[in-house]
Amino acid sequence: MPQADTRAGGRMDTGVFTARDLTKVYRTGEVEVRALRGLTFEITAGEVVVLLGPSGSGKSTLLNIMGGLDQATSGRLFFKDLDLTTLDDRGLTAYRRRHVGFVFQFYNLVPSLTAYENVALVTEISENPMRPDEALALVGLEARMDHFPAQLSGGEQQRVAIARAIAKRPEVLLCDEPTGALDSKTGIRVIEALLGVNAQLGTTTLIITHNAGIQEVADRVFFFADGRISQEIRNEMRRAAAELTW
Amino acid sequence: MRMLDIKLFRDLRRLWAQALAIALVIAGAVATLVMSVGSYRSLDETRRAYYERYQFADVFALVRRAPMSLVSQIAEIPGVAAVDARIAKLALLDIPGFREPATGRFVSLPEHGTPHLNQLYVRAGRLPEPGSVAEVAISESFANAHGFVPGARFSAILNGRKRELTVVGITLSPEFVYAIGPGDIMPDDRRFGIVWMPEKALAGAFDLDGAFSSVAVKLLRNASEREVILRLDALLDRYGGQAAYGRKDQTSHAFLDHELDMLNNMSRTLPPIFLVVAAFLVNLTLDRLVALDREQVGLFKALGYGNLAIASHYLKFVLALVVIGIAIGSLAGTWLGSLITSLFGDYFRFPFLIFSKSPDVYLMAAVASLTAGTLGAARALRGVVALAPAVAMQPPAPPQFRHLLPLGVRVDRLLSQPAIMMLRGIAHHPFRAGFTVLGMALATAILIVSLFTRDTMEQLIDVTYFMADRQDATVSFTEKRPRDVLFQVARLPGVITAEPYREVPVRIRHRNVERRIMISGRPPDADLSRIIDEKLRPVVLPESGLAISAMLAQILGVQVGDDVEVDLLDGQRRTVTLPIAALVEDYFGIRGMMNADALSRLMREAPVINSVHLALDESRLDSLYDTVKELPSVSGLALQRVSLANFRASLAVLVTTMASIYTGLAAIIAFGVVYNTARISLSERARELASLRVLGFTRAEVLRILFLELALLTLVAQLPGWVMGYGLAWVMRTNLAGELMRVRLVVENSTYVLASAVVVAAAVVSALVVRRRVHQLDLVAVLKTRD
Repeated sequence: MPQADTRAGGRMDTGVFTARDLTKVYRTGEVEVRALRGLTFEITAGEVVVLLGPSGSGKSTLLNIMGGLDQATSGRLFFKDLDLTTLDDRGLTAYRRRHVGFVFQFYNLVPSLTAYENVALVTEISENPMRPDEALALVGLEARMDHFPAQLSGGEQQRVAIARAIAKRPEVLLCDEPTGALDSKTGIRVIEALLGVNAQLGTTTLIITHNAGIQEVADRVFFFADGRISQEIRNEMRRAAAELTW
Repeated sequence: MRMLDIKLFRDLRRLWAQALAIALVIAGAVATLVMSVGSYRSLDETRRAYYERYQFADVFALVRRAPMSLVSQIAEIPGVAAVDARIAKLALLDIPGFREPATGRFVSLPEHGTPHLNQLYVRAGRLPEPGSVAEVAISESFANAHGFVPGARFSAILNGRKRELTVVGITLSPEFVYAIGPGDIMPDDRRFGIVWMPEKALAGAFDLDGAFSSVAVKLLRNASEREVILRLDALLDRYGGQAAYGRKDQTSHAFLDHELDMLNNMSRTLPPIFLVVAAFLVNLTLDRLVALDREQVGLFKALGYGNLAIASHYLKFVLALVVIGIAIGSLAGTWLGSLITSLFGDYFRFPFLIFSKSPDVYLMAAVASLTAGTLGAARALRGVVALAPAVAMQPPAPPQFRHLLPLGVRVDRLLSQPAIMMLRGIAHHPFRAGFTVLGMALATAILIVSLFTRDTMEQLIDVTYFMADRQDATVSFTEKRPRDVLFQVARLPGVITAEPYREVPVRIRHRNVERRIMISGRPPDADLSRIIDEKLRPVVLPESGLAISAMLAQILGVQVGDDVEVDLLDGQRRTVTLPIAALVEDYFGIRGMMNADALSRLMREAPVINSVHLALDESRLDSLYDTVKELPSVSGLALQRVSLANFRASLAVLVTTMASIYTGLAAIIAFGVVYNTARISLSERARELASLRVLGFTRAEVLRILFLELALLTLVAQLPGWVMGYGLAWVMRTNLAGELMRVRLVVENSTYVLASAVVVAAAVVSALVVRRRVHQLDLVAVLKTRD
């Protein structure tokens, strides 16, 4: 079985995430679902990694564990020197707060706050954030910052979500189906925004998608099947978002 | 439909805590109604049956000495069904081991058989043997107060002569459900009792052979009470008759009537308030609860369920909650109702209790609750059912929010984002926020209206016992005495000050409204028993003119300066016109007051007195008691201290018991409101809050957002709650005000604070319960799911 990086037992200094034999088992009643079956991989700083695969193949479970939203059943997962598998709820909250930015399929903006304020929601609790208007400028929305979510298109809402995710200068950006609810033209603008942030801030970016076209913008692509990474591709040439079609 | 029913059942189980909280709000209101109407009806029914079975008379009269031959003439008065002539006299009692002088109302029993009217229920022992001179039956309350059982002995000063008496029976009479001694305003079972004695023995003692001093008359069904009273007065006049009176003026009946009236008024005032509040809250809660299920409604539609099927599913959910509420409320209300019936039944000493079955009350409560629940669900369903299935399955479009301040003014400089979220949320749903505030305000209000009786009772005690009637004791005489007797009383051991009083029974009239009252003549410089006006200041009686209870002025429709017509029912029995000189703030009965000299002139008699108020040296009470017990002309010694203790122990207990029960039910409703508000607010915002957790907000920070709103709404609700509470208390006080007893509307600051504290406590408990839910927020689900 191909693995992302098979150097077991050590972590590279540039490694942001190091996973060793990571498993996740859900038990609901008498049914046992093995969502992750022993993943080992390494992701280095500044990489863009796209996770592809059918529903139920384990992508989201992995992303949730990497984002500190869920706990692995066994194995280790390091974020730099931090062993995420040993943290309690308080520790995981602090981890999310300091290091992780999330982008969701359905934006999850607070409808009662403007674009600016949705970003400020995060900058208020961060240690070294950029200014909300700066973050919005990065996604090209500086002109719309006093608008409420209801006054923005889907793509604009998702870009606000990206601005909100990056405003605290996170080291990792985890995106779960960020274009899933958008048409292709709007989706491409959102991918452009994500890549722009990656280029400017060097944020390690993981993107879950069902859209195989998006894989061409990644440094690496993980194909998931049945709780395992069934294939891994390294793109020697990343394409620009504008060149994408789907 | 079966699958929907299974969903219904599972939904109920899933939402059990919320369902129970809503059901409890309904139960609180239903219990209030069932309890108060049920207990009132049971007691009223019991009284009616008691009066009927034991032939309680309709008209009563006292006379100095009338020949028995007069009885047949009374019986011939048109409208009279039955006449009972007897001897009724007050006498001092000397009870072994009891220091204070007690008073007995001696009533004769016919030599043959039992009385026709006001028949006795024998609780223990038997009635005295005809012809016996020492056997007596005594009232149960008096017997209990002294631990008397048949065979017990005590002595009485009958017409100046001490007699040893033996208790042979313990009895109850519809005529003395309430037994109040001379000079007392409350029953004191230790110091006052009814003593039944064979007629011959009593006639011998009071020199009334072949004569009677009291008459009770039963009327035919359609007889005119007023007509019979006029004719009876005419017959009794030349034998020293005092004006006859109907049940309305019969002390026991009037007190009982007042108590039942009070219960009745409570049952007419509080339950509707509770029901309206509960209906409103249930409506509000269900509206929001059903709206939360929007997506599922879309799904059912997409699957092909019709609007009717969907509507009836949610209606069933609501009805299930309401039915649970009605069931809990009916059971609790029935139980509390029988508890109160027994409590009052014991207090009134009814020989039996009839627990009235009132299916209409349950029906009324059920219909009111069902209507409230259905309307609440209908409001939400109308909105949800109207949506196209595809739209319903989508999350609602992000609601349109508005800037609180003009653009360009950055509110985030002033407030944190969570605070802005909260304020915009309130501004966006002003009606929802408004209704929530109204709901909590109503919760505070019903607590105030349940609690304020405590304050009014204390105020009543303060004014009655510490501002107005400040005497330590009152000595009453069996008959009016020359004023000189004051000097003898003043020389009694331990007496510091003595103030004489003269009481004259009168009928007072203005236009066609008439009442029978006592006018007391008091010395102009009276300091022990003072007159307190409506502004709670002591007033000095004017040389002439009449001061009357403010309540009486209201009944008669007169003000200071108006003239009233007064029939003097003692002495020469003239009818005079008197100006109203002052209105008096008092809470028990209705009465008139005059300058003693003015009253003497009005009566055209030398100064006489009926009673003397005393200030006492407490250390010499024993010798005072001993001396008074030997005074033949004294009918009773009323002690103010004992009166107050009795008031606290009896009426105040009843009132506060009722108030406590209402307070408990109000607290349950308050908790239901606040808990549901917090819980639904969490459901509505679960996704938003989970997103914040994902973004790195701690549990505490998320909770702060949720609780900030709850706290703000709870606090904002308090002031309107106080205002509404005061308003409801005013309605309640006005409904409870009666001729025999009334209260001034007093709501102490501590009551406002307590009511608010209960609501705030409910909010805190709700917050703690909701906190657990926030800990269980599914952070992963929020990434994938919509709403």
